Amino acid sequence: MKKGILYQIGKRTVDFINGLQETCAFVGEICCRTFEVVFMPKRFRFGDMMLALERAGSNGVAINALVGFLLGVILAFQSATSLQMFGVEVYVADLMAIGLFRELGPIVTAILLAGRSGSAFAAEIGTMKVDEELDALETMDLPPVRFLVLPRIVAAMIAMPLLTIICELAGLIGGALVLKMMNIPLSVYWNHVADSSTVFMILLGLAKAVVFGLVIAIVGCGAGMRTRNTADGVGVAATKAVVGGILSVVILDGIIAVICYIFNV
Amino acid sequence: MEEIIKVEHVDAGYGKTVVLRDVNFCVKRGEVFVLLGGSGCGKSTMMKHIIGLNPVLAGSIKIADLEMNRKNKSAIRRKIGVMYQSGALFGSMTVLENVLLPLEEFSKMKKPERIDKAMYLLESVSMADAADKMPADLSGGMKKRAAIARAMALDPEILFLDEPSAGLDPITSYALDNLILKLRDEMKTTFVVVTHELPSIFTIADRCAMFDKSRKAMIALGSPKELRDESEDSFVREFFNRGKF
Ligand SMILES: Nc1ncnc2c1ncn2[C@@H]1O[C@H](COP(=O)(O)OP(=O)(O)O)[C@@H](O)[C@H]1O
Ligand SMILES: [Mg+2]
Repeated sequence: MKKGILYQIGKRTVDFINGLQETCAFVGEICCRTFEVVFMPKRFRFGDMMLALERAGSNGVAINALVGFLLGVILAFQSATSLQMFGVEVYVADLMAIGLFRELGPIVTAILLAGRSGSAFAAEIGTMKVDEELDALETMDLPPVRFLVLPRIVAAMIAMPLLTIICELAGLIGGALVLKMMNIPLSVYWNHVADSSTVFMILLGLAKAVVFGLVIAIVGCGAGMRTRNTADGVGVAATKAVVGGILSVVILDGIIAVICYIFNV
Repeated sequence: MEEIIKVEHVDAGYGKTVVLRDVNFCVKRGEVFVLLGGSGCGKSTMMKHIIGLNPVLAGSIKIADLEMNRKNKSAIRRKIGVMYQSGALFGSMTVLENVLLPLEEFSKMKKPERIDKAMYLLESVSMADAADKMPADLSGGMKKRAAIARAMALDPEILFLDEPSAGLDPITSYALDNLILKLRDEMKTTFVVVTHELPSIFTIADRCAMFDKSRKAMIALGSPKELRDESEDSFVREFFNRGKF
């Protein structure tokens, strides 16, 4: 049924506020359970974490390497054609290093993780919700957040930096290949890469990767926990996980960029 | 006898949708209490209110004199075991692991003891030979039986079973009825059972509550024989008379 525009605006606003409230409650619960697990490490579901890590991490190595490599090739090729006009195509190496370590490595890996694992988290937990498994955990006095969400969050936070490193290295190799074809010696390329990248920059990139992993896992699991018991419920949850995950990561990246700019790092 | 569950003036439902109005009954310690009624009349809804999954729309529910609230939640949940309508086994674990889970989390038993206990429970629902199967490879009835074993793991004071015999063959269903009676008599376990099967009701039920979808109300409360012979409601009398063997 089509309702007036005022109704639509009002409904969206109320939905948004409700969603915000639910998210806050969810994050709050995650914090509580994290405290619990920190003080009682035995309660952490280590096996489930390793399983999630395998799915989010090792199963994603190939795709991450491939995308990183292609990204490196494209980036190097596009910038080299411009820089060639000034005869300084060797500076492609600097651009590659800074671009990949600071921005592209973490963000591309995050987008891949949101697509592969954020959606999987939502679908897995969503199916459990529809099958009353979450209710079963609840009445067995086993908090679903400790059982299902924490292992996935930890797995995503471990997988992200590792996958990011793979993506970055593959990208650098792709760039090297392009410059090699433009007759720039590899040693010169790697020297430029080494000169322009700082430890701080690499660590900043990896730190961002960890935070992105946290956000993607929270959004994905949250979408799963809120799955509705309808025919398309699980599908909707998975879509929400991917869209929400990518959106949050991009916004967060923007915020981090502004903060870095303000503090001049 | 002590009243272990008290349901007082409860409106059952979800959010703004009322499914049942002004329900009153209590369950006594050590009895088998059956919830019955047509499909979609709110039996599962009522059960979920009692075990504290969904808040009631009005009225109050007490288990062992404890109101279901944030403070009492854990205490109440240690006293109860629940078998859901779909079984709700954890799909990523084998049947045995499902039954072991509550033991690992809450009992102080050592590992071999836990496995012994889990196998004993699976045997009692004749599921021991499927212990290493994944839930996805089980039939509906097998899932339910495994779920009953899991619900019994911590020797709960009250067992909630949502349609335990639906989809079971008559022989297994008969064995299940016997198991329920045995647990009631030996362990003094209280049962709240949702079921439609008249033979089963006459075998196990000490008392039952009957709900009606169109009237959105509880229409009968008492032992099956009382309801068959004395109910004022002709629909109830007729329903139970089909069970005159
Ligand atoms: N999560 C829910 N939200 C809203 N309505 C529900 C929900 N679950 C069940 N219902 C409705 O509540 C009524 C009672 O359902 P239920 O308690 O499952 O019936 P049954 O007696 O077969 O177990 C049904 O009309 C059903 O459509
Ligand atoms: Mg039901």
